[in-house]
This record gives sequence, structure tokens and C-alpha cells, in this order.
Amino acid sequence: MKITNTIVEKHGLKPEEYSRIKELLKREPNFLELGIFSAMWNEHCSYKSSRIHLKNLPTKGNQVIQGPGENAGVIDIGDDDAIIFKIESHNHPSYIEPYQGAATGVGGILRDVFTMGARPIALLNSIHFGSPDHPKTKTLLNGVVSGIGEYGNCIGVPTVAGETKFDSTYNENILVNAMAVGHANKSKIFYSKAKGLNKSVVYVGSKTGRDGIHGASMASAEFDENSEDKKPTVQVGDPFTEKLLMEACLELMKDKSIISIQDMGAAGLTSSSVEMVSKGDLGIELHLDKVPCREDGMTPYEMMLSESQERMLIILEDNKEKDAKKIFDKWDLDFVVIGKTTNTNNLTLKFENKTIGEIPIDALTSKAPLYDRKWTKTRLPEKKIDIKDLKKIKLEDALLKILSSPNQSNKSWVTEQFDQMVMTDTTQRSGADAAVIRIHKKEKAIAVCVDSSANYCKAHPLTGGKQIVCESWRNLISVGAKPIAITNCLNFGNPENPKVMGEFAECLIGLKEACEFLDFPVVSGNVSFYNGTNKKNIDPTPVIGGVGLIQETKNKINHFLKKEGNIILQVGKTFGHLYQSIFFKEIYSINEGPPPDINLSNEKNNGESVLKLINKKLVVSAHDISSGGLILALAEMCLPSGYGLKIEKPQKLSNLMEYYFGEDQGRYLLEIEPKDLLNVRKILNEDNIFCELVAVIQKDYFEIKDEFKININDLFRSNNKWYNNY
Amino acid sequence: MNSTVIVFPGSNCDRDIAFALEKLKFQNTMVWHKDTNLPKSDLIVLPGGFSYGDYLRSGAIAAKSNILNEVVKSANDGCLVLGICNGFQILTETGLLKGALLKNKNLKFIGKDIYVKAMNTDNKFCNKYKQKQVLELNIAHNEGNYFTSSDHLKELEDKNLIPFKYCDEKGDISEKSNPNGSLNNIAGIFNDKKNILGMMPHPERMVDKMISNDDGVNLFTSLLN
Repeated sequence: MKITNTIVEKHGLKPEEYSRIKELLKREPNFLELGIFSAMWNEHCSYKSSRIHLKNLPTKGNQVIQGPGENAGVIDIGDDDAIIFKIESHNHPSYIEPYQGAATGVGGILRDVFTMGARPIALLNSIHFGSPDHPKTKTLLNGVVSGIGEYGNCIGVPTVAGETKFDSTYNENILVNAMAVGHANKSKIFYSKAKGLNKSVVYVGSKTGRDGIHGASMASAEFDENSEDKKPTVQVGDPFTEKLLMEACLELMKDKSIISIQDMGAAGLTSSSVEMVSKGDLGIELHLDKVPCREDGMTPYEMMLSESQERMLIILEDNKEKDAKKIFDKWDLDFVVIGKTTNTNNLTLKFENKTIGEIPIDALTSKAPLYDRKWTKTRLPEKKIDIKDLKKIKLEDALLKILSSPNQSNKSWVTEQFDQMVMTDTTQRSGADAAVIRIHKKEKAIAVCVDSSANYCKAHPLTGGKQIVCESWRNLISVGAKPIAITNCLNFGNPENPKVMGEFAECLIGLKEACEFLDFPVVSGNVSFYNGTNKKNIDPTPVIGGVGLIQETKNKINHFLKKEGNIILQVGKTFGHLYQSIFFKEIYSINEGPPPDINLSNEKNNGESVLKLINKKLVVSAHDISSGGLILALAEMCLPSGYGLKIEKPQKLSNLMEYYFGEDQGRYLLEIEPKDLLNVRKILNEDNIFCELVAVIQKDYFEIKDEFKININDLFRSNNKWYNNY
Repeated sequence: MNSTVIVFPGSNCDRDIAFALEKLKFQNTMVWHKDTNLPKSDLIVLPGGFSYGDYLRSGAIAAKSNILNEVVKSANDGCLVLGICNGFQILTETGLLKGALLKNKNLKFIGKDIYVKAMNTDNKFCNKYKQKQVLELNIAHNEGNYFTSSDHLKELEDKNLIPFKYCDEKGDISEKSNPNGSLNNIAGIFNDKKNILGMMPHPERMVDKMISNDDGVNLFTSLLN
């Protein structure tokens, strides 16, 4: 087939990119080769717009075993134990086909984790939908939640935490980010780097079908009115086969027959084979006649570009084929040697005894385009509103309105569709600041959470980038965990737009500063650009997945109030910052002004002191103050416990709304027994940490003297009605 | 006491139940579905999960696997058999228990803690529970909506073959406390001889206060009595 300009364009390649291909090959590519370039050079696989910014992120630390660049990041949690984790987006497929899109997002991230030798122990998700009254939202919500649920439920990995948010910015482009966390023995971690010549390249797992062809390219373009036509690019998930594949791989990993292993994710057989030998500075020869296919008559082009799920590529040590095959036979999975490693440094494709494609590996990887795209800075927005000019609202009415709003409502409609208990190590399920998973048969546990703050990032990307890292850090501390490392999923619009590129660049600078300051490195991640339709970009939505360690599971805490008469102490100062707050947005529809300022040194000091108090067992429950401010955090502590609170009035700030709804950062609420109060204050004093008494636990009523007195059942009802009525 | 846990492709609570059994001093063996021999054991457990992906119908394919012939033989010889969740579905598919588990009334997967009431404690599985005791257990299923013929339902009630019914925290059995639409709030049933128990809630998830509670412990320790 003659390669025309139209064909090049259909492959998502720019004319100058096509010229570069011809230069690198020193000839015109054939159709198969063009497809392979398209798969490797798209934004999703090549990170061509993001690489120069990503390299600035801090990725090293005492506890980091493996940073970005592998299937997932690896951290050391002491003894023989390593935790392997990563977050990834499946936004575009989920918008086109919500159930399968979301399900295969979970499947893909699970493979990234068990490929490295870890047994997955927890799943998390961050899902963002359009406005609830947008006609598509309900269908998308239903499809995504059941897709995420069914995959995790079936494979038997608990889905333990997440966030579900609604905003009109996602009307035409939802976000579905899934995170998987696994546990491995430190000495049994498997990498994707190929080693050795003439080693067998083995295909295992499901057969290859015609689904998901050009999935990664589809995810590297904006949507338009014809997006529905892209349905065939969405893969179809089979969690049952993935369960078999996982068990078979983990069984094979018990001995030493694997040299390297890589899952076939985005760009399928192409990217897995190329990545493995690229890292090992080798070549690879694949015999495509041998690829197990679901249908007759599949072409090499389809085989190389299919994104059929539940497949892996393994490079085996010599003479291990027979034993390895036995394991895959036991699990009724395909196991076929389809090629070998070579010293040519080329990807060589053979079919029906002919060489049908030959591409230098470096042309697909290190010589892929790299763009330093133009970007513009976002200025810190001004504060233009005088709260005295706004229409008065009663504190009680504002609180109940926020508690019953879609974004703040109780999410059990979502979380009850997930099996949170399978594997029987979930000690803290969703609904807390972070979930806590005990390491099987051990004393210790890990805490995991996911967070995002798109409105802060939109208002001022630099501050927003810092804020989400701090939020993740606070959530881990609030359950008694020492924060260790993060994974990030960077969801942005079209990088060719300098404003979007600026949002990306500045969020990353913010991320970098906060991660460095808090010694909270990034060990894995994923970039998703082109989130938008017809030139309307989504608000910048970086999502952070955090992991922390709790030495003794029994010391974990949550934010559920424990005892009448206990005191709620607030750590950190309230200044009353209402710009970009839930209060402004929900009550007055005001979306302007700067996000709350981040003081990294306060964050660090406050967090470390709180963790110290928790470890000294002086804190009975804890909660970070985030969106909705002090009053919402207090209400959230009441809701799961059934206790009420008698809340103090502010001593300095005159405006009640600013005091109760302000979203100043670096604050925590701690439930303290009266007998420990003096001691706690003394320790905080020594650490130069500001604290104040804000409430006392009582029965039945949530009240502020002279303002309101709400029965806890009413609070509960308003928090629980939205999903049920939707 | 010796126990055997049958592992099907797609079982995912096999490790959990084995862990619980071992914790409670059972000598446990795992048996792969392709095996044709069962070790001598006092208790056979069919664990939860999605055997064969729940394709065709939950439990339908597992009911035709090699090892099930042996399980049926043992069960008919009086061996104790416990089917939890997918295990309960498999037991109804084999015919060892009558009735069927339909899709949940709300047509969604339900994963949450619920309450059940111990309705019959005069049997091997429940003798350490108090009559009418309210237990908090976890459910996690798509198809847990128990259905059977009206004759069989009457028989279940008359012969006291329903050990657990869904209830609320206080023990009230009502439509409101029925999570999935099961007839008469049925959470588990016996066969006539009461040596086979099928139940949707997961007792093995409730054997450790650090994780949840220990309301499931007595189901296993009853067997040791």
C-alpha cells in the first residue's frame, strides 16, 4: 500500500513526524511499520510533550527501590517487604464505552503491578464526571462504577478507596484513573529489561483479537462529534482470564526462569516487545504466524497493534520452557514462543517466512519526537470579593446544602458496589482519609489514598500542584501512617495549547517543590493529555496516589468520633480563605480568586507533630481539614460515629463564614481525651505548632451556641440523600 | 479436624477461608478442581469468588467440574459441606441444595456489612451461637437473591432448615433489612440432613477484630465441638 498524506494523518502523525520517520529508516515505511511508529510515537506511549518536564520530579529516596520508568514504582517498607504501585488513566475509552473502558483500566493497572512480582492487595480509583444534570452523566457514572467494581470484585482484589467528583468541565471528557497496590518480597522483584542473546520470547495469556487497535492513538487525540465511531478502539476486559494470568505469573515467579516480563498494555505487542529490548540494548525478532489469534485471517498489522487485554510477554532463561509451559497449561492459558532476542538492535517482524518489517529500536524509543512546547504562566488571581457584599445565608443552611451536594454526599452508593473485604486484610475501608491494608500475616500495614483538587489547580497551577501533594500527605498522617511515596496521574487538556501546557508545567513545578520538601518522592505515574472535545479543555486535574506505612496495624486510627466528653483540638491556623472554596462554589457559584496558600514548612511541621502524637497514642481520632473547611471536617467526624459536637465560636475572626468554611491548608482535627490535653498542648507548644480547642463531643446534637442545633440524624439524612435520589 | 478447600479457576476467597480455618486449628488441604481424589476430610468448603468467571450462570460450570463428583459423593455419605457465596451458588447448581440465587433485587453488586439472625442453632455448624443471636457479617455478591418453589420454601421453614436470615441491628427481620431480595430474608439454608450449609454472607471475613469483628468464629468452632 502506498503511504499517502491521508494515511499518515489517520495514524495521528504530523507531516514533520512522518519526514522524521523516513529519515530514521532512510526509506519510506510500509503500512505495518507506519502503524508501529504511530503506536510508539503517540503522546500516550512516547510522553513526547511531557518528558522534559517530568524529568524534574524528585524520584529518589531512602525507601525507593524503583522509580518511574518501569511498569510500576517500588518502595521498601522494611524487612523483606516491598510495595509496588502505580496509577493510570483510562479516560478516553471510558467516555466512549464506560463499562469496558473503566474495567480494562483496572485490568491494565493490575497487570502493571503483578508483572513486577507483586500480589495486588488494593485497588483505588479517582473518577470525575460532568455536571449531574448533563444528559450523559448518569449513564457514565453507572457504567464506570460497575466496570471498576466488577473487575476488582471478580479478580478478588479489594477496592478500598477513591474519590468521585462532578463538575461541568468533564461534561464531554470524563476522567477514570485507577491505582493498584501490590506486595512483593524485596528479593523477588521482576523488571522489564531484557538480557542475553537468543533468549526465547514467550507470549502468554489471552488470544489476540481485533479489539483496541489504535487505542493509544485514540487516547492521544481530542474528541469530536464522531467520537462514538471510536468504540472499536476500546478493549474488552475479562477479569476471569486476568485472575488466571495473575496466578500463573505469580506461580512462575517462584523460581528463577524469568529474565524479564512486561504486560501488553497500550500499543500491545508493539510496545511491550520494543520496551523490553530497548532497555536491554538488544534487538528482537518476532514470528507473527505464531501469535495466538482469536479470529482467522488477522493481519500482522492487527496483531502488532491490537490492545486485547490479559496478555504478557516474557523473556525466559534457557531450558525453562517446558516447566514454564506446564504452569500455563494448568491455568488453561496460551503459552507460545513467538520469537527471540537478537543483537541487531532492530525490531524484526517475520510472517509466512518473509521479513515484513524492520525498524531500529532506537527510532521507536530514544529517537522518538521530543517537544519543548510553548507554555504560558498563570498569574495568581486577585482577591476581589468583599464577603459583606454577598447575600446573607444562615450558617446551618449553608452547611446542610453543602453536605447534601453531589460532591460532598456520602458515597456508599459507589463503594457498596465494590468488594472491600476480599483478602481479609482491609482494616480501614473507604470513607476515611486513607484506607489501611494490613500486610498479610504481619504486624504492619500500609495506608493508601487518592486525591485531586482541579479547581485549585485551575486557579493557580503552581499552588494547586503543591496542594495535592500536601493533601495526600495529610490524609496518610491522619490515619497514623508515615507518608513514603506517591504515584501521579496527570490529566490535562491539549498540550499544543500554550495555556494547557503552562498548567501542566506549573502543576509539575508545584508537585516537585512539595515532594522535595516533604521527602515524598514520585515513584510512578502516567500522563493523559488531550482531555477535551472540540477545543474545550478540561480543568487541569493531576491526581495523586499516596502510600504510607503503619508499623503496627493496631495503631491505625480514623476520623470517627469515639467518646462523649472528648475534646477536638485543631492543629494549624485558620485565616478564613474562601476563594476557590466549596462554600463559594456551592452557595454563591463563585469560582474566582486564588486557591489557599501553601506553606510547606507549616505542612511538614504540623504533619510530623500530629504523627508524633498519634504514635504516642495521645490521639483517639484524627481528620484533615480540607474542602468545606472546619465545619465540614467536624460534621464528617460526627457522621460515621453517631456522636454530636458542641462547637466553639471563633476567638479572633469576626466573620463566621470565613472561620467555619475557610479552606486554609495544613490543618488537622484531633480527638483528645481530656486527661491528655495538657500533655498534647505541651508537645505542640514545644514543636511551635499552633493549636486551639474547637469542640467537645456530646450526644445527639451538632451545635454552635446561638447559631444552630442540628440533630445528628438530620445531618446524616442530608448527607445520604443525593445518590439515592439521583 | 480435617478440612478441604476446593479451588476453582476464579475462586478468590480460597486463601481467606484457608487462613481462617488454619487460625481456628483445622488441618486444611487445598484441592484443585481438576483433581479426581478428595483427601479424607471432615469438612469440605466451596469458597467464594467467580468460579469460571461466573460465565453462563454463577456456579454453573463449577458444578460440572471433575472434583464436584467427589464432593457430591462425600456429601451424600454425610460429610460436612460448607458453601460460601459462590460456593452456595455452586451447591444449588449441583442440586445438593434446592433453589437458586437470582440477581440482587437492585441489579447491582452489593458489598457491605449486614446483620443476620441465627434461627437454628441445633446443628453442627451453629451450635456455639445463641438462638436468635444477631451477627454482623459481610456480603459481596451480584447474585444472592435466594429463590425457590413455594413448597420448598414451606418445607425450609417447617423443618427449620434456615439457619440465617437477614435482619437489622436489633434483630428485626423485614423487607427493609433484606439487602438483596431473598425470599423470607434467607441468608443461608441447610439440606434435609443439615450436613450441607450454603450461605451468602462470608463468615471467614469476620474472624479478626482488627479487620472487622469475630462474629464468624463460632461457625467454625461449632464444628470442632
